[in-house]
Amino acid sequence: MNQALNSKRITLGEGGLTIVFILTTILSIYAAIYAHDAPFAFHASLAAAFSAWAVFAIIVRHRSRSGLPPQEINGAPNYNLGPIKFMSFMAMFWGIAGFSAGLYIALELAYPGLNIAQWVNFGRLRPLHTSAVIFAFGGNVLLATSFYVVQKTTRARLAGDLAPWFVAIGYNFFIVIAGTGYLLGVTQSKEYAEPEWYADLWLTIVWVTYLLVFLATLMKRKEPHIYVANWFYLAFIITIAVLHLGNNPTLPVSFLGSKSYIVWSGVQDAMFQWWYGHNAVGFFLTAGFLGIMYYFIPKRAERPVYSYRLSIIHFWALIFLYIWAGPHHLHYTALPDWTQTLGMTFSIMLWMPSWGGMINGLMTLSGAWDKLRTDPVLRMMVVSVAFYGMSTFEGPMMAIKAVNSLSHYTDWTIGHVHSGALGWVGFVSFGALYCLVPWVWGRKQLYSIRLVNWHFWIATLGIVLYISAMWVSGILQGLMWRAYTSLGFLEYSFIESVEAMHPFYVIRAAGGGLFLIGALIMAYNLWMTVRVGERSEAQPQAALQPAE
Amino acid sequence: MSIWARHKIFETNSVILIVGILIVIAIGGLVEITPLFYLKSTIEKVDGMRPYTPLELAGRNVYIREGCYLCHSQMIRPLRDEIERYGHYSLAAESMYDHPFQWGSKRTGPDLARVGGKYSDDWHVAHLKNPRSIVPQSVMPNYAFLADNKVDLASLSAHLKTNRELGVPYSDEDIAKAAADAKAQVDPDGADAADLLKRYPKAVVRNFDGQGGDPTELDALVSYLQMLGTLVDFKLYDEKANLR
Repeated sequence: MNQALNSKRITLGEGGLTIVFILTTILSIYAAIYAHDAPFAFHASLAAAFSAWAVFAIIVRHRSRSGLPPQEINGAPNYNLGPIKFMSFMAMFWGIAGFSAGLYIALELAYPGLNIAQWVNFGRLRPLHTSAVIFAFGGNVLLATSFYVVQKTTRARLAGDLAPWFVAIGYNFFIVIAGTGYLLGVTQSKEYAEPEWYADLWLTIVWVTYLLVFLATLMKRKEPHIYVANWFYLAFIITIAVLHLGNNPTLPVSFLGSKSYIVWSGVQDAMFQWWYGHNAVGFFLTAGFLGIMYYFIPKRAERPVYSYRLSIIHFWALIFLYIWAGPHHLHYTALPDWTQTLGMTFSIMLWMPSWGGMINGLMTLSGAWDKLRTDPVLRMMVVSVAFYGMSTFEGPMMAIKAVNSLSHYTDWTIGHVHSGALGWVGFVSFGALYCLVPWVWGRKQLYSIRLVNWHFWIATLGIVLYISAMWVSGILQGLMWRAYTSLGFLEYSFIESVEAMHPFYVIRAAGGGLFLIGALIMAYNLWMTVRVGERSEAQPQAALQPAE
Repeated sequence: MSIWARHKIFETNSVILIVGILIVIAIGGLVEITPLFYLKSTIEKVDGMRPYTPLELAGRNVYIREGCYLCHSQMIRPLRDEIERYGHYSLAAESMYDHPFQWGSKRTGPDLARVGGKYSDDWHVAHLKNPRSIVPQSVMPNYAFLADNKVDLASLSAHLKTNRELGVPYSDEDIAKAAADAKAQVDPDGADAADLLKRYPKAVVRNFDGQGGDPTELDALVSYLQMLGTLVDFKLYDEKANLR
């Protein structure tokens, strides 16, 4: 490694990526000039600008660096924290953007006059909201934490020199393409897989690089065992790749236009979509974030994971059962009954590993429960696990066909998703970021624990308002649709059920607003932690803290 | 050696761990998805299904672009209230040419699987331009801008061709005449209307948006809405023969 410090050559990554990005610059300029539609021209221009910038950035970086960073300094691993810092920042940025978009579309449903232009109509902003919170906010949290956890638990520096940066920046460029596309009406209409073919291709490249970086880091680990959090991250990375490839094969009308047609049709397409859709929940929003739970909760509570055996059962049972659950999104539809029944059965079974994981997370607090009083960050993560338990009970219940006949197509589903998304994914992400930011920036502690407390209570109140409003409106809707008069006629017209939703839509928007305010408080707190926080002593980087 | 000790092989070897994960996650998907491609009972045998006319397809693409599926389902479940409210429950056969499917997952607005023929063209045009002028309690956005956008006639052939490569049975004639067919569908008095109807039975040929000239996106969307759920004749449909 000393040699690398002294000699300065162009690495394979630098040379290769420069050539690739020069080619994509030329290709994108060509595509922008000859594009068949305006959104495609816009995206090709963005790609050209991005590629040209990448070439420039690689050259500048090469000129300013002395050698390659060493793998170890004085026998301690020299962790790579740059991409983690970048993605932590982006997570907070996209989080606020995504929550704001959510608030806006919630208000549009309460006050339809807010649909002021085609670019901000509900139909275009809704995928922007879901993608921003799931893939932009959640994705950056997952990428950042996984890069951190895999380094700390293997005691090895992240594999690759430019590759981690390629993943971090490339993933966020995908978000920009996807998000601007939604506003311009570029969508393939598959929920949570709306980006068109060229964005999908780019994501595939980024994702495979992500897998390789993660895997190569595992392979050069200094610890004999792979820590449980990494199993979950690995399952998340691999399964998302499989799902992405299965759900998105398309045939573009032209390679110079944005529109494509999905290879699958009708009932098969529906099954592929919800196999994807449910497991985006199962592997992106669950397995990945369980990886966070298994590292950050023990670390923050300073207690080992409650049960090693339970985590083995939890892991294999969860990933085996989850993949079957998709058809519960298609109960009573034209999907054959046998598939629906399988989906329902496995969804109910899924309750068990989900609660096994919840118990493993909560019981890790054994002997440290008093910390919940003094540490709002830990409290946030523990409450997130409680929300996980609640929504993984509600989910199997809603997957029962009799319950689903009432709940499907209603706001109950929206409420269920948000108890998981705001309560579980949101809170565990906030908790992880509150831990991560002081660690990677080498700060002693957060700028303000009091502000974390404010964030916790305001956001919790917001979640309660949100999900209870949606429960009431969803069940009310379902009951109104099936209500009969004593003479045997349908009691309500559809529009009467729409009218009845108004007060709940207002309450829901208020809940979402509180959640957003909490996130703004958090952003301020993290910003101040980085700017004025006291440096942790005698440590140039927090990275030199002992690993698990 | 206990089972817990055996698990060590996954914890100490990242490649074996990956292979294990891949096998475990593959099973459910393979069992649930693969049979849908070969079990004949998956898609019912019905008469009347045909590919979309070029104008309907353009309208469907507007429907997708604007995210209509986020608030409107196109899937009537076999439940008493739904059948009375919306009509016969939806069949898998009715979406067999749909790339992608548009069953939807939420009803902020009503189901549209059989909205075809329920309302007049004028109703749809006025409603799309300003929903609250027709239904004061509606929360739907306005789509007045569709009336100003012309359908891109030149690209229609390519759209049909792409669909044919994916298995939708468009003929060479359909593909060659795509742009002309789209124009013919908004011109009921024109000479080509009869030819269009011969190749696309039950297509609705009308000047949907009431404007002259080449079809607009509003024409296209209304033509799509007016054909939804109208192709299968349920008087002839044999429910017992298609039990699954």
